[in-house]
Amino acid sequence: MSMELDVFVGNTMLLDEEVYKLWLDGYTVGDAVRLRLEGGVLQECEASEEVLHSDTMDQFRTFQMCERFLHCPSKLANQLLFQIPPHRQAMLIERYYMFDSGFARELLGKKLSKGTKKDLDDVSAKTGITLKSCRRQFDNFKRVFKAVEELKGPLVENIQHHFLLSDRLARDYAAVVFFANSRFETGKRKLQYLSFQDFAFCARQLISYWTVGSVDSMLEGMDVDLEKEFLHDLKDLKILITDKDMLDQHKSLVCAALRGKIKVFNEMEGNFKNLSRALVNIAVKLTHTKDVRDLFIDLVEKFIEPCRSDRWAVGDIRLFLTHYTSTAHKLDTFRHLVIWDRYMGVVKSCILKMYHD
Amino acid sequence: MPGKLKAKIVAGRHLPVMDRASDLTDAFVEVKFGNTTFKTDVYPKSLNPQWNSEWFKFEVDDEDLQDEPLQITVLDHDTYSANDAIGKVYIDIDPLLSSEAATVISGWFPIYDTIHGIRGEINVLVKVDLFNDLNRFRQSSCGVKFFCTTSIPRCYRAAMVHGFVEELVVNEDPEYQWIDRIRTPRASNEARQRLISLMSGELQRKIGLKVLEMGGNAVVGYLQCFDLEGESGLVVRAIGTACTLEKLSNSSAAAPPACNSPSKDIKEPPFSEDPNPNTHSSGPSTPLKTQTYSFSPSKSYSRQSSSSDTDLSLTPKTGMGSGGSAGKEGGPLKTLLRQQTQSALEQRGASSSRIFVRTREFPFFTLTSFPPGFLIHVGGVVSARSVKLLDRIHNPALGNTRSYKLLDWNSFAADEPETRDAWWEEIRQEIKSHARALGCHAVVGYSESTSICEEVCILSASGTAAVLHPKFMQEGCLDGYSDPSRLSRQPATFSAGSEKGEFDIFPQSKDSSAALGLEEPSPPSCGFCHIPYDELNIPFPAHLTYCYHCRRQKVPDVLFTTIDMPAEAAVTGKGCLIQARLCRLKKKAQGEVNATAISNLLPFMEYELHTQLMNKLKLRGMNALFGLRIQISVGENMLVGLASATAVYLTALPTPGGIQIAGKTPSDITYEQHISNMQKKINDTIAKNKELYEVNPPEVIEEVIGSPIPEPRQRSRLFRSHSESSDEVSELDLSHGKKDAFVLEIDDTDAVEDIHSLLTDTPAPAGFYSCNTEIMPGIYNWTSGLQMFTSVRVFRLSNANLTNQGLNKIFNDLCENLLKSLYFKLRSMIPCCLCHLNFTVAVPEDELIQVAVTAVAMTFDKDQAQENWKLGADKTHMKAIVENEEQLQFPLELCTESPSTNPFSPCRGTGLQESANAHATPRAASVDYSSFADRWSSWIELIRLKAQTIRRGSIKTTSSLEKASPLPEGRSRSLRSTRSYAGSTVAVVKMTPLSFIPGTRIIKYLGIINMFFIRETTSLREEGGVSGFLHAFIAEVFAMVRAHVAALGGNAVVSYSMKECVFMENPNKNQAQCLINVSGDAVIFMRESELEATPAPPQTSCSGGEVTT
Repeated sequence: MSMELDVFVGNTMLLDEEVYKLWLDGYTVGDAVRLRLEGGVLQECEASEEVLHSDTMDQFRTFQMCERFLHCPSKLANQLLFQIPPHRQAMLIERYYMFDSGFARELLGKKLSKGTKKDLDDVSAKTGITLKSCRRQFDNFKRVFKAVEELKGPLVENIQHHFLLSDRLARDYAAVVFFANSRFETGKRKLQYLSFQDFAFCARQLISYWTVGSVDSMLEGMDVDLEKEFLHDLKDLKILITDKDMLDQHKSLVCAALRGKIKVFNEMEGNFKNLSRALVNIAVKLTHTKDVRDLFIDLVEKFIEPCRSDRWAVGDIRLFLTHYTSTAHKLDTFRHLVIWDRYMGVVKSCILKMYHD
Repeated sequence: MPGKLKAKIVAGRHLPVMDRASDLTDAFVEVKFGNTTFKTDVYPKSLNPQWNSEWFKFEVDDEDLQDEPLQITVLDHDTYSANDAIGKVYIDIDPLLSSEAATVISGWFPIYDTIHGIRGEINVLVKVDLFNDLNRFRQSSCGVKFFCTTSIPRCYRAAMVHGFVEELVVNEDPEYQWIDRIRTPRASNEARQRLISLMSGELQRKIGLKVLEMGGNAVVGYLQCFDLEGESGLVVRAIGTACTLEKLSNSSAAAPPACNSPSKDIKEPPFSEDPNPNTHSSGPSTPLKTQTYSFSPSKSYSRQSSSSDTDLSLTPKTGMGSGGSAGKEGGPLKTLLRQQTQSALEQRGASSSRIFVRTREFPFFTLTSFPPGFLIHVGGVVSARSVKLLDRIHNPALGNTRSYKLLDWNSFAADEPETRDAWWEEIRQEIKSHARALGCHAVVGYSESTSICEEVCILSASGTAAVLHPKFMQEGCLDGYSDPSRLSRQPATFSAGSEKGEFDIFPQSKDSSAALGLEEPSPPSCGFCHIPYDELNIPFPAHLTYCYHCRRQKVPDVLFTTIDMPAEAAVTGKGCLIQARLCRLKKKAQGEVNATAISNLLPFMEYELHTQLMNKLKLRGMNALFGLRIQISVGENMLVGLASATAVYLTALPTPGGIQIAGKTPSDITYEQHISNMQKKINDTIAKNKELYEVNPPEVIEEVIGSPIPEPRQRSRLFRSHSESSDEVSELDLSHGKKDAFVLEIDDTDAVEDIHSLLTDTPAPAGFYSCNTEIMPGIYNWTSGLQMFTSVRVFRLSNANLTNQGLNKIFNDLCENLLKSLYFKLRSMIPCCLCHLNFTVAVPEDELIQVAVTAVAMTFDKDQAQENWKLGADKTHMKAIVENEEQLQFPLELCTESPSTNPFSPCRGTGLQESANAHATPRAASVDYSSFADRWSSWIELIRLKAQTIRRGSIKTTSSLEKASPLPEGRSRSLRSTRSYAGSTVAVVKMTPLSFIPGTRIIKYLGIINMFFIRETTSLREEGGVSGFLHAFIAEVFAMVRAHVAALGGNAVVSYSMKECVFMENPNKNQAQCLINVSGDAVIFMRESELEATPAPPQTSCSGGEVTT
């Protein structure tokens, strides 16, 4: 005695966003039914569990059949198999590509390789996201990465164009792609306090100011890679710390500007040379790929942690960095102002974003 | 050589990867028609090839054009091995053969493979240059239009209805040919698909020839079916109604009443609205003429209907006196029983005495709804079944042919179709004689079906016996029952001037009406209920009463029909779907023994199904069934019966009595208690149902006699009927001893079971209605939400020794759960109505029961309904107005000065409303409608705004917001969905089993869609099991139908139906196969709002009530 076969097909695809979410979250039909029961669907419409089960099965099947179109979202609009109103198509795609920031945080900077995919069960255990959902999100990362890594032009627009995502989601993907490409270290314990959004913000800064595409917004620009020439030029900033006169002059200019304006003035004054050395050394080291990967850990270890131990407030940091950057213009012998501003602009906003508990 | 077919292959997209090495495909296309094949170049290494081929030209007979499909095969070129087929597209070019349908087929078609399903798409262009062939002896029938729609297609008018056409062709099923053992499943499936396509083409052509012979130009209600008889072959048969249709010009869009959504049809007076076929029969009339003309009949008519309305309001409380205490021997039921018992006898008589009769002699009509005035009386359901043994084909020649071309039936195996013809002939004769016994000369809503299991075949036919207005029909169309002298008068009437013609339709003078065999013109809202048979010579015991609407003629206590409810019929409350479900076990047997066993069971099944229907009808407090469809399917060890119908309360018929339970052993006190408990339950259910379906028959006003307006034409018998019914009690009191109660005797456990099953039918959840007719009686304000769906369930009975009761319960639950599932799934559309719920049952294997449902969920505006309901309360007040105005008898003046009645015009479709509307000119009525439309549209704007803000909000919160929104999600969704389709690359194609789409007007019929697909798999598990397999297949079928319609330039399929869904599985071998046959009419529709935007004649303003976004 059993239902051998049970299908429902509508001329226009009938879907329940809630069920779609459960499917995306990787639940089995049984779990999904249970969750729907708990969610109280039956209260709004009298029905039995059996009905709910049948409905869930149907929808899960539909989503599964739809999945291959979702892998190439532009196909969804001109496939003939399912008739889906455009706003629903957009919803299906957006939700399919949406990812858990917890998951993305785990994967940030990792190589999107088979090896990483194999380790997804650890990620699943750590984040509490089902393995199935982890795999989908991983595959999405990889698919987007593959599609845009070789493409010219603005990264976000490329992603948007290929995957028909919302602006916001495309930006997040840009961050994921960017991190995966440059393989920034994000997994160290000291970096654990940073969220995906912190990194995504930093990625946007880097993409906007440090990549080839940022200088030359023409088509040949590549948003994925940092501009080699710029990184090379950063070596020239070394003069700021190697030239003792310049360092002293810089310090006095900053102190003059900040006197009475920040609470931690004394600590700043005492620590100025260390801080300046830290920031400039990070810049100088960026020529090496290995050190590029350590950018964030360096920022935390060399700058954020010392400040934090001296209990700097965010406002203090902002003022300090602002003046630290601007006073360099008053140094008589310092000529690398363009490079300096380009470097400090990004570092400043990254530090400000990363400076929290 | 009267035709040149041209095809061009433009491009492909989303092709599957055929070369694993390169992940690409080297595709080319073969285009085949008849025996000619063309090829495109190979487009190397691409999944999106651009062939952009030359025009391939085929010079062919139009006969072939009709029979053959254009066959497009996409292949992958392989240098070293055989080319691999990717898939095929069959294009039926029939729509291009009619000048009024499509002119070009152009679009993306899914490339279909019977093993892999849809594999990419191909863009094709097809045209036909047709040369006129005036040869009288031609074999083709190009230009005859076919419609699946079972009413006169909107945007046409019927100049003449010629009558019944039928044809069948037979061939051997390729699946059972010896060759099948050595060829691949794919080749076998394709052979079958192609053969059936050829056979349907041929069938259509032959039917077309018959139509031309009769002088018609179209077939309406075309119903084509396949009988997969297995070893003994494949039968493709079709029936339809031949008509002469005339296209209504678009410019006169104001007039084409029939094109309006039914909501309109009902809201507005049928006569000023409809291009009365009568007028048309008297020569082409200009829209202007139609308009002027509309006054006179509506005048006379409205008077009648309002007067009858008066009667209604004055009639003493209904349900009394002579009310139908038909008991178990209810009228229609009896008829059927009688048919069963008599059939053997009659058959014998018929076959011996029968001279070979041409089909023309069957006064059958496959139509289910008719132009006003067409249907005069309805007698009741007539049906006939016969059990036949299929014999093997004894023709070795056939078995050996591999040819796809149809064999010429004239030269060989000639007796084969003859046999099948004779079988159907027999059944039709029986139907005809049943109709005659009911005093009817015609059968409407006629359909035929078969159920086959191994070598046993049940042939069934059913319809509704009716008396039709002879005016509409060609002479000789109705059988000799009607007085020949009467018929002979008709041509004279036709030739008469249009003026005369108009007035003849509803003759006012007594003698002319008498000449037509009608004692007196009956009001349209109740006329069809009046008995056609002689009161003194009733063919079965029935309780007749005077019509509760007009009080002039007799009506039965219940009315069963297979047709849709006439739009002009007066109903009280809303209708609902009623189903009787039944399983009967039978022993496994072979041959004659099996056939005998089945034919012995059939009468009992019919009886029980009818008892169930009757009980359920009473339980809902209703008195008529429309769209009755009884299906009996045969399996190896059981018979399954399913009867579906839409129950309504016809105002003209008496209030049904309740159900009274009577025990056989009254001595036992506990037993008595048990019975009275049950009685109470039943009474409660009836009361609840009455409330649910708003069945509160007009409170009959006592002061009849003191009525200030004695209708001059009322006769003394009217008063007699009053006095008869004066001794009534409160209608809800269904206590014992009531003589009109329907008595159920509990004499055994069976009966107890029956009662339980009666009470277990759960009503649809709040906000849902369901019916199996086109539209729901009592709902008129449809909005644009539309969702067509197909649902299939197969249940496995694992328990070998089941009892009949156990089986019944399982089957009952299966159907009930399926309905519940539908309600749940479609809950976002509330308030909505599931229309045209079409259930099909089958017993595909020993222990399997399969139920397939196709229906459409349509949203309607509940608020308006409630508003109207409230207005209904003011009815008495309004009635007074109408009555007073009635007295003045200045209808013309009323037409211009009746604003007082306007506010009431959108009220429910009671006779009252009709009368009100008949007076108000459409223009006046529109004031009310459009203001409503304004309010509505501003509300829509509001919803839309909300919807947008919701979408703009953060994605995470979307769902919760939407949930929190007070608007039903489905509503806003449906509104949004209509908004921005333009941006999509794929044209939206709506599908519906109904003949219309609410809020729209069909502006063109593009041709019939009749498609047959086979899908097979040898990797069932990998495709998600049987459910996954069938789910994908049904979705693919929908996709292919949509693609074909879009390629014809259409945007909808109406009258869509899934005729066949044969599913077979072999899970052990990981295999499954499914055959699906679908049909419908491809159309172009326009939203009424769009139509209005174009300069429209003033009258269109009355369509403002429709909500379109």
